[in-house]
Amino acid sequence: MMLKIDNLHVAVDGKEILKGLTLALAPGTVHAIMGPNGAGKSTLGYTLAGRDGYDVTAGTATLGGQDLLALAPHERAAAGLFLGLQYPVEIPGVSNLAFLRTALNAQRKLRGEAEVSAGDFLKLVRAKAKELGLDPEMLKRPVNVGFSGGEKKRNEMVQMAVLDPKMMVLDETDSGLDIDALRVVSQGINAMRAPDKTILLITHYQRLLDYVEPDFIHVMVDGRIVKTGDKSLALELEREGYGAIAA
Amino acid sequence: MTMATSLPGRRDEAWRYSDLKALERAHALPANDAIAEAVTLADGETRRLGLAPDDSQRATLTLEVPAGVSATLVESLGGGGWLDRAVTVRLGAGARLTHVILQTAGAEAVVTAAYTAALAADARYQVHLGNVGGALGRVAMDVTLATGADFTLGGVLLGNAGQTVELVSRVVHAEPGATSQQTVRSVLAGKATANYLGKILVAPGAQKTDAAQSSKALLLARTASANTKPELEIHADDVKCAHGATVGELDAQALFYMATRGIDPAEARALLTQAFLGDVLDAIADEALREEVSALAIGRLRVLVGGA
Ligand SMILES: Nc1ncnc2c1ncn2[C@@H]1O[C@H](COP(=O)(O)OP(=O)(O)OP(=O)(O)O)[C@@H](O)[C@H]1O
Ligand SMILES: [Mg+2]
Repeated sequence: MMLKIDNLHVAVDGKEILKGLTLALAPGTVHAIMGPNGAGKSTLGYTLAGRDGYDVTAGTATLGGQDLLALAPHERAAAGLFLGLQYPVEIPGVSNLAFLRTALNAQRKLRGEAEVSAGDFLKLVRAKAKELGLDPEMLKRPVNVGFSGGEKKRNEMVQMAVLDPKMMVLDETDSGLDIDALRVVSQGINAMRAPDKTILLITHYQRLLDYVEPDFIHVMVDGRIVKTGDKSLALELEREGYGAIAA
Repeated sequence: MTMATSLPGRRDEAWRYSDLKALERAHALPANDAIAEAVTLADGETRRLGLAPDDSQRATLTLEVPAGVSATLVESLGGGGWLDRAVTVRLGAGARLTHVILQTAGAEAVVTAAYTAALAADARYQVHLGNVGGALGRVAMDVTLATGADFTLGGVLLGNAGQTVELVSRVVHAEPGATSQQTVRSVLAGKATANYLGKILVAPGAQKTDAAQSSKALLLARTASANTKPELEIHADDVKCAHGATVGELDAQALFYMATRGIDPAEARALLTQAFLGDVLDAIADEALREEVSALAIGRLRVLVGGA
């Protein structure tokens, strides 16, 4: 398995949010998690990424067989995990280029790989920015500062393309995108599909799934996966709502 | 006042937050003979001066920048003892001085540096300060501005362990139409303290004065501290005086975001603290000087973030 989550319990500020979540994602597959507001979808993403304050009180999570929960957040990234944030963070004073180059080389160093030269890096980023419709001028600007909601999401996708992770958790990457941006970002996600990569989309909308067809859809309610099905489950949800499924 | 005879006390407002114990220790060091220098800078000249005593050393300098002359002075203050520096700067009408002060003394050292500058009409005095060394690193600036003169100070105060780094400034707008802007950024780790006491005095009749102070401090540890004390004394009615001061910590969300991209905590802190100093470092117009001051600051930051 690429990502294997077993009976995961997570508390935030003493309140249990994930209540025994189990999920196994194979390499080469695309999954979507859907669920009502407050179900714990973002909490799952943050927990996998290792955010402070997300206390794992029980359960396990492994990435390619490696104990994910034992690693520091930056080590998880180097191990191949990427979390696309629902709300990307602004970092005044740090340029996108410096940020991404530092990130790429830090990951490579942890994996025992050689650093990427400044020239090769620039070529790579420019190419990815172009593919994802991000104005190359924005690469010089401070990370996400003054970016529109859609630009922030495109920027997340540029980062993902450059860092080339194995396991991608994309938290509402589709929200805030206009129709054209959704198509471009979807192409970006599809470009990452590969036999040795796994994608987990967190979304509220069928629209994204029209472009990025998932192999499986999981329904999350109140901190647990309550139902798993193929892509037709999304349509069923759209017709009937979560109430009927959770019952 | 020569300090060899009288030590300042807590009641002395300008020494209120200082490390008087370190100063007392410094007073016990064997004293060398005082050095006195007089320098007149020529147009286009860049002069470098360095002092790094291991004992107690008083060193005075009288610096002259004649009318219309544009020059640069780079001063390196260091050593392992006590350097008591006193500099008198005179800028003639329309003169321009770029003054870099790098204080990088050893961990046990004390540096007390006092600058008294008088600017004639339309003179421009630009100070780029890196105050990062010593058990106590203190820089005092007393600047008096004539009509249309400008004083710009960009200061970086960095402290680690038990260091006290401080800047005490008094800017006198003596005549109309002068401008001053002071930008101070402090980063503190360990149990370090940074102090910025900035006084602005606008004399009667000094209309159209424009004076600004901005002070921001970043604490990398809960045990570090920063004191900012702006003081305005305004005796004219048509003036603009602005000051702002903040004390904060590194943005936890930004640190997490960086970690999710693979940047380790020390590197993330280094990037964020470096960005924090951008307001001061990016404002250094001369590229070589900017690199010099930045290299010093960034090198020092690495130590701070690694140990925080
Ligand atoms: N610090 C906190 N203290 C207590 N409860 C919290 C805290 N942070 C989050 N929660 C709660 O955890 C629950 C799950 O939040 P989460 O953001 O994971 O939901 P979500 O499924 O991503 O929702 P959405 O679809 O709105 O993005 C919510 O009820 C939220 O209020
Ligand atoms: Mg969410």
